[in-house]
Amino acid sequence: MYDFAYHKPTSVADAVKLLADPDAKAVSGGHTLLPALKHRLNKPTALVDLSGIAEMTGIKRVGNAIVIGALTRHAEVANSAEVKAAIPALAYMASHIGDLQVRNRGTIGGSVANNDPAADYPSAVVALGATIHTSKRKIAADDFFLGMFTTALEADEILTAVEFPIVDKAGYAKMRNPASRYVMAGVFVAKAGGTVRVAVVGAAPCVFRQAEMEAALTSNWSADAVAGIKQDADGLNGDIHGSAEYRAHLVGVMAKRAIVAAG
Amino acid sequence: MPQVTLTVNGQAHTAEVEGRTLLVELLRETLRLTGTHVGCDTSQCGACVVHINGESVKSCTTLAVMANGADVTTIEGLAKADGTLHAMQEAFREYHALQCGFCTPGMVMSAIDLVQKHPDGLTEQQIREGLEGNLCRCTGYHNIVKAIAAAADVMHGKRSEIARAAQ
Repeated sequence: MYDFAYHKPTSVADAVKLLADPDAKAVSGGHTLLPALKHRLNKPTALVDLSGIAEMTGIKRVGNAIVIGALTRHAEVANSAEVKAAIPALAYMASHIGDLQVRNRGTIGGSVANNDPAADYPSAVVALGATIHTSKRKIAADDFFLGMFTTALEADEILTAVEFPIVDKAGYAKMRNPASRYVMAGVFVAKAGGTVRVAVVGAAPCVFRQAEMEAALTSNWSADAVAGIKQDADGLNGDIHGSAEYRAHLVGVMAKRAIVAAG
Repeated sequence: MPQVTLTVNGQAHTAEVEGRTLLVELLRETLRLTGTHVGCDTSQCGACVVHINGESVKSCTTLAVMANGADVTTIEGLAKADGTLHAMQEAFREYHALQCGFCTPGMVMSAIDLVQKHPDGLTEQQIREGLEGNLCRCTGYHNIVKAIAAAADVMHGKRSEIARAAQ
């Protein structure tokens, strides 16, 4: 790992000023960034540690939504009575990220802002139709994830919270690489009134919506409805852990399991 | 260079570190607490697990500067001053839950957090799933699981001492 300067601001405004330096990077739990720095995939001259910013913490219910501060650790979402009661699938998903030690450090803001292809959170953000709160604006989930490790966030823009609407039904299922525990394919399904959203992570360079499954589930909310739908392997990830065709197959299997989990 | 002040096993320390210094490097190389191990250095194997403010974390994926002001416990901080082992250490010994011992410090630190997070007790399945962040390449895990179950009974006050392993 190359060396860097370290800053720990206590307000969003101060953090934004520090991030005006184009070679500075934001960090909170560090569970995606530090491994990347060890591989020298990234060479920031300064790290801006956001974990001291009180205004970015906490889980609260606001109207028909759950708003989760960006610094909230996965373990806190997994164990939150508020989240479990309102969106149990979200608590379930958080309780299966990485392992206990990763969940004690990793944060929702880091996971969403980093947009690792194998991160779990982007699936929930897209399927639930969440709104991303930043230091500048609010961004709809569909406009936020742009590609591998790429989001709509600008260099000096900080993700401060994620607002999840409370839906009628939701479920998540994934197949993990047994060694790294990263997602091979994960599917989050959500039903709100007559609208169904299906989001896939792990299988492609970026989270994507499975439109064919959404259409089928809109008219018939059951695992049978997606049984005949074949995910196209074109553009999916293929590596030593699994071919694109294998991941395409997993998308179908995980979708069925997610629907069963949603009930 | 940044300065870090933290408490390790009840003792206050102040050290100069680089921004990039990992917590495990501070513990092992500066404080000479070499009970905490580095296995994979990619946050997968769990040999480096320590507690920060009571919660298990991978110290190979935590910067030393991030632990500024924190209360850190390592494997060296578990036994009492007179040498009496923590219930989890005693259970690992009783159940032969280690062979080469490389993963053991991390296993013990993770296991203590796991037991503390389940005050109503744990099933074998919960123990096995709770160990997903720790790899052991020689015991086959069975005795580790038995040791944690036995230690949980003592830590939760169900028994006064570790149940003896079958002979």
